[in-house]
Amino acid sequence: MTSLSAQWLDRDRRRLILEQSAIPDTVYGILTAACALFIPALVIAIAVAIFAAAWPAFAKLGLSIVTSSDWDVAGGHFGAAPAVFGTLVSSAIALVIATPLAIGVAIFLSEFSPAWLRQPVGFLVDLLAAIPSVVYGLWGIFVLIPLLREHVMPFFRDTLHLGSTPFFSGAAYGPSMLAAGVILAIMALPYISAVSREVLMAVPRSQREAALALGATRWEMIRDAVVPYARSGIIGGIMLGLGRALGETMAVTMVIGNRPEISASLLAPGYTMASLIANEFSEATNDLHLSALMAVGAALFVITLIVNGIARWLVWSVSRARAK
Amino acid sequence: MRALKVAALMLLTVACARENASNSNTASSTARTSGSVDLTGAGATFPYPIYSKWFSDYAAQKGVKINYQSIGSGGGIRQLSEETVDFGASDSPMSDDEMSKAKGGPVLHIPTVLGADVVTYNVPGVTAPLKLTPEAIAGIFSGSIKKWNDTRIASLNSGVTLPSSDILVVHRSDGSGTTYIFTDYLSTTVPSWKASIGKGKEVKWPVGIGAKGNEGVAGQVKQTPGAIGYVELAYAKQNNLPIAAVRNQAGQFVVASVAGVTAAAAGVAKSLPENTDYRLSIVNAPGADSYPISSFTWLLVYKQQKDAAKGQKLVDFLNWALTEGEQSAASLDYAPLPTDMAAKVKARVATVSLSGAK
Repeated sequence: MTSLSAQWLDRDRRRLILEQSAIPDTVYGILTAACALFIPALVIAIAVAIFAAAWPAFAKLGLSIVTSSDWDVAGGHFGAAPAVFGTLVSSAIALVIATPLAIGVAIFLSEFSPAWLRQPVGFLVDLLAAIPSVVYGLWGIFVLIPLLREHVMPFFRDTLHLGSTPFFSGAAYGPSMLAAGVILAIMALPYISAVSREVLMAVPRSQREAALALGATRWEMIRDAVVPYARSGIIGGIMLGLGRALGETMAVTMVIGNRPEISASLLAPGYTMASLIANEFSEATNDLHLSALMAVGAALFVITLIVNGIARWLVWSVSRARAK
Repeated sequence: MRALKVAALMLLTVACARENASNSNTASSTARTSGSVDLTGAGATFPYPIYSKWFSDYAAQKGVKINYQSIGSGGGIRQLSEETVDFGASDSPMSDDEMSKAKGGPVLHIPTVLGADVVTYNVPGVTAPLKLTPEAIAGIFSGSIKKWNDTRIASLNSGVTLPSSDILVVHRSDGSGTTYIFTDYLSTTVPSWKASIGKGKEVKWPVGIGAKGNEGVAGQVKQTPGAIGYVELAYAKQNNLPIAAVRNQAGQFVVASVAGVTAAAAGVAKSLPENTDYRLSIVNAPGADSYPISSFTWLLVYKQQKDAAKGQKLVDFLNWALTEGEQSAASLDYAPLPTDMAAKVKARVATVSLSGAK
C-alpha cells in the first residue's frame, strides 16, 4: 500500500515521456490510414470480383441482360429488365411514402415535441431499423398482405374508382409491387427520420430566434428558417433510405410475388434484382446462369453508384445555392 | 390479432427448431472425443433433416464425424466438381455436361431416400381431397384452366361444389429440386407442357406468383382463398396441409404417403437394367399404389477416391445409411428405398475404388 503513491508518480513520469515522443502519433496515424485505405480497397476488390464473374454473360448476351424481359433459365434466356424495373419502382414507392412521414416525425421531434416524449418516440422510430428483414417479411405475409388485399386494394380500385387506370387494374392477390413498396417504406423510414432529426436539431438557435424576431409564426419559422438550413442533411438522409430500399432482399422477396414481368399496375406481382439473385443463386449450376446472376449483381452495383452520385450532386448543389 | 399470433407462433417454432438442431449438433460432437471432422459434404436442403439425423446417429455409434452444409443442390454439385468436399448431395441428377466437368473423374449417384411433391390448395368449402389428373394440373399451372369450377376439374370431382372464383397459382421462386420434380412429372405426362415450359429447377411460369421455399408457398396458399401450389410431402404432412389425390399411371387417384412413394420406386425398380447409373426419374411410375410425383435424392461421390482412408470412411457410411439409416427415414416423413433396391445400390457402392491415384 505504501508504494501506491510511488506507482502513481511512476505512471505520470512514464506518461510524460510518452507524450513527448512522436511514436504514439506515428502509430496512430498509420493505424487510421490503414483503416481509411482498407475500406475503399474492399469496395474495389468486390467490384472487380463481381465484374470479372459477370464478364462471360456480358460478353455473350451484351446489354440484353438489362434490356430484355425474357428470363427463362431452361431456355438459356437471361433478360432481367423486369427486375431492374421492379427495383426502381418499389424503391420509388418506398420513398414517396416514407419521406413525408419521416420528415414529419423529425420536425415534430425537433420542434414541437415536449421533452419527455422526444426520447421514447425517437427511440421507437430508431428501433424500426433494428428489426431483422426476415421479420418484416413474415409480418408482411401475415399482416400487411391480408390488410392490403382485403381493404387497401379494394379501396383504391373500387371506392376511388382507380381500377380503370392502368396503375390499379387487374386482380388483387396481395403479393405485389405495392406490398413491396410499403414494406420498404417502413424499413427506410428510420434512416431518413434519424438523420433528419439530427440535422434539424443542429440548426442554430440564433437561426430560429432571428426568424421569430422578424415576426414569423412558428410554422413560417420552420418552413423558411429551419428546414432550408437543414436541407442538404435531409437529402442525405433520404438517399441513405433509398440505398437501403434498393438493396433490400429478404423482406421484398417474401412479399413481391417474384414474377419477372413488367406491369404498370401496382397490384400486380413484380420482381427485384436483389430477390432474383437471392432466389436463384444457390441452385444455379449452369455457368451462363451463374454469370448472368453476377451480371444482375453488377448492374445493381452500378445503379447504387449512380444513386449515390446523384445524392452527392444534390447535396452539393443545395449547399452551393445556400452559400450564394 | 389472430394473424399476429400466428406470426409470433411461427417465429417461436423457428427459434425452437434452431435450438433443437443445435442441441443435436452438440450431442453429436460430444459423442466423439476428438473434435476433428472426418468427412465433409455439401448440397441439397431437402434431405437435410434426415441426413443430419443420420450424421448424428452415425457419429454416436461409430465415432465418425461428418460435416454437412445444406447450401442447395447446385452448390453441392459445384463444390464436388471443384473437389472442395468429400461428397455432394443433389435432388436432381447431374447432367452429362456437369459430369464431364467434375475434376475428380467419374461421379457415382447413390440414391438415399425418396421424396415427393404434393399439390396443396385453399378452396373454401372443399373438405374431401380434390382429385386431379396430370392434364388438370398442367392446365392449372399453365394458365389454361382459370376458374375452380372449370369442367376439367369439376368432371373429376363429382359431388364436390367448386366455387366460380379465380385460381391463383403459387410456385417456387427459388431454384429448387421440388420444382424440378414437379415440372419433370408434368413434362413426362403432358406433351404440351414439355413443349412449352419444360423441366428444370426454375422454369418460366406462364401464370401465378413466386414464393420462396416450401414455407413461402404453403403460407401464400393458406393466406389466399382460391390459391393452389406444390410443396414437399414431408413439409405438407408436418403442417397438415390439404393435399390433392393425383391420378397415377394405373388410373388410380392416390393421396401421397411414404408407402406410396416407396411403391413408385419399387414399380420402376422392376424394369431397371442391371448396369443402371441410378440417374433415374421415377415420376409417373407404374403400379396401382404408386404416387406419381416422386423422386430420388442422391449423394454424389467420386468413383476414384484419392485418399484411401477417407474413401473407406465414406463407403462405410454409405453402407450404414443404406441399411440402418433407411429404417429411420419414415420417422421424418422420407420414403426409404425398396429393400431389394437398397441391396443393389450397395453393390454399386462396392465399386468405389480406394486405390488412390488412377
